[in-house]
Amino acid sequence: MRRKTKLALFSGVLLASAIGSAVTSAPAQAQAKEQFFPVLVYRSGAYAPNGIPFANGYVDYLKLVNARDGGINGIKITFEECETGYATDRGVECYERLKGKGPTGATAFHTLSTGITFAVTDKTFADKIPVITAGYGRADSADGTVFAWNFPLGGTYWTSSDMLIQHIGKKEGGLDKLKGKKIALVYHDSPYGKEPIPLLQERAKMHGYELLLLPVTHPGVEQKATWLQIRQQRPDYVFLWGWGVMNSTSIKEAVATGYPREKMYGVWWSGAEPDVTPAGDGAKGYSALVFLAPAGQGAVHKDIVKHVYDKNQGTGKKEEIGEVLYNRGLTAAMMTVEAVRRAHIKYGKKPLTGEQVRWGLENLAIDDSAIKKLGFDGFMTPVSTSCADHEGGSMARIHTWDGKKWAVQKEVFRPDMSIIKPMIRASAEKYASEKKIAKRDCAKEAG
Amino acid sequence: MFYRENGQFKSTYASDQQMLPILQDRVFIAALLVFAFVVAPFLFSDYLFLSLLIPFLILALAAIGLNLVVGYCGQISIGHAAFMAVGAYAAYNIALRIPQLNFLVVLVLAGLIAAAVGILFGVPSLRIKGLYLAVATLAAQFFMDWLFARVKWLTNYSHSGSVSTAAVELFGWIVDTPPEKYVFLLGVLAVFTLVAKNLVRCHIGREWMAMRDMDIAAEVIGIRPVYAKLTAFAVSSFYVGVAGALWGFVHLGSWEPLAFNLTLSLNLLFMIIIGGMGSLLGSYFGAAFIVVLPIVLNQFPQWLGIPISTAMASHLEFMIFGALIVIFLILEPHGLARLWAIGKEKLRLWPFPH
Repeated sequence: MRRKTKLALFSGVLLASAIGSAVTSAPAQAQAKEQFFPVLVYRSGAYAPNGIPFANGYVDYLKLVNARDGGINGIKITFEECETGYATDRGVECYERLKGKGPTGATAFHTLSTGITFAVTDKTFADKIPVITAGYGRADSADGTVFAWNFPLGGTYWTSSDMLIQHIGKKEGGLDKLKGKKIALVYHDSPYGKEPIPLLQERAKMHGYELLLLPVTHPGVEQKATWLQIRQQRPDYVFLWGWGVMNSTSIKEAVATGYPREKMYGVWWSGAEPDVTPAGDGAKGYSALVFLAPAGQGAVHKDIVKHVYDKNQGTGKKEEIGEVLYNRGLTAAMMTVEAVRRAHIKYGKKPLTGEQVRWGLENLAIDDSAIKKLGFDGFMTPVSTSCADHEGGSMARIHTWDGKKWAVQKEVFRPDMSIIKPMIRASAEKYASEKKIAKRDCAKEAG
Repeated sequence: MFYRENGQFKSTYASDQQMLPILQDRVFIAALLVFAFVVAPFLFSDYLFLSLLIPFLILALAAIGLNLVVGYCGQISIGHAAFMAVGAYAAYNIALRIPQLNFLVVLVLAGLIAAAVGILFGVPSLRIKGLYLAVATLAAQFFMDWLFARVKWLTNYSHSGSVSTAAVELFGWIVDTPPEKYVFLLGVLAVFTLVAKNLVRCHIGREWMAMRDMDIAAEVIGIRPVYAKLTAFAVSSFYVGVAGALWGFVHLGSWEPLAFNLTLSLNLLFMIIIGGMGSLLGSYFGAAFIVVLPIVLNQFPQWLGIPISTAMASHLEFMIFGALIVIFLILEPHGLARLWAIGKEKLRLWPFPH
């Protein structure tokens, strides 16, 4: 019995300390010259192989800015990681945990999960904190008049699927040649995987191809049934919309069923090193979209090695610098830092609130010369946003795994916005009416 | 010394049958209610409300619902998250299609729809028992997962299967700040707990318990198994459906079918096993254990100022959480509610145990 009381006491202490710290951490600390960056990561669970390099890249860039420049215009960056495990409920908990930290609250969130994005989008209206979903999230959130706090910088799943269709259209010798073809979408059965479907359906109506929808349940290690269907239906192309272990499993299954990898195209989240290396030589010939950041190293990586890793401050392993997802984390951090820098011009060089950072995000203008100056030459395409357009222009290339590394093809694709724009508007209108949100008047805010 | 019923005589049937026969208990519960309703909304931070208290309140309601059918009626169900999903999507569709309806009416209608579905999936319980029934209820889980992911009308043709709702409004009161949500949920939970407590004390609850303890004997003394089992499923699904609607509308705001997957079903089951089967108080304890403990464990190293990596902290969380479940079940198989009861027994004798 004594053991029991001890246990009860232990759990009581746990609970009491939980409540105690949650209560005391609420009031903001004295105005320190610090800008707080929340970092939502997943370093454990089924998606860790992809979550870790992204998180390392993100954190390394923040460390670099502190070590090399002494912060953003002299304002030191502080950050804290929170483990979501790619689970929506834990992601929301992390968001709540981190949103009020630092002297001015969280700068901006990168959720790194479409599910978490959907869940926190609602909360941003009250909290006034931007949510940046560079290359993921909800496609309709590109409409800044409704989704006032979402920034799908660089592209969404509608632009990415559009570019993939354009690519295979070109390969076939014209989009009209797609008539009668069969395209299978193998997708993660979650909001992430379902996002591209409306656009692919819209395009199917235009070009007359047949779209096969093959959902794969989380986490995606069991795909035998899916690939049996592919063997029966013999689609001309397979689009892969997976994440984490699902990607490598798909490629392995393609090898097992003998589906040519040359006809498989992944979205930009299905084209990194952890996706192809487990499949070994079998992955050769598999292609994927690549948007902001391909693999490789540039000037910024040299700085990171010099200022961070050589001082034993590195987050990950030195060999992994320059991997696809590492670079994507790096780029995501860079765009956030640049947004803060941009907002400093308007609000002065002091710690900024989420609302002030939003102005920076809405007035981002990272052109080619800026990219070069930042050391990202060759790693990203220009981004230019506005109050109404939160996406800032999307373009991408295709890269193919040659067995050892990702070989980037030269050709650059741009989405056909005449198809996507009306879809974004319709979807955003629906969201606004469901949630009873008043639309922003961008002309008025600018004036 | 203080917790004794000496001198509290019962001179009427009413006072003998009241819910809390001991004066100290009544004072304690009254104080707790006053604290929870009046003091707590001003005391805690938003984080505490949104991440701990609100999920705790809703899942406690769901755990009570599950406890009615598993703990009181003895019919194991591992598909109860499906009924939460039914409640949530029913409420969503009702609110979407009849927007002028009061949210309380929406809540009750959603609960009734969930109850109807619960009765349907409770029918197998008339023929099969125990583990076989558990597997049959699993069908509810898979069926509902499939239904809400594939039937587009139910999600108002949302392309990603994700639906979103506006803030709850009650008679002009817009429930949107964390303390408001908390008070609203607390009110709902208090009413539902009171109803559940009385249900299990009256003839219906006694029928359920008779069914649980020995179904043949219960039948012999004149309890209709069809009626007893199906009412248990209906009431349980009603509770869980209401909890699901609240989970969607008040806690999540927008959700996808994945929000009500098998993991949630299992978590609900763990709540009542750890908290205590056949105990309303146990449902509260279990919900607190499952909701609060992982979050506390995850942040514990940080509060102590131990610098460990995020990955390590979350691995530790899983290990300690798993170990604690095993430890609690070994030390007290009847759950935390039983520990509480033992504590009360000891308190009666304190400070002079025999």
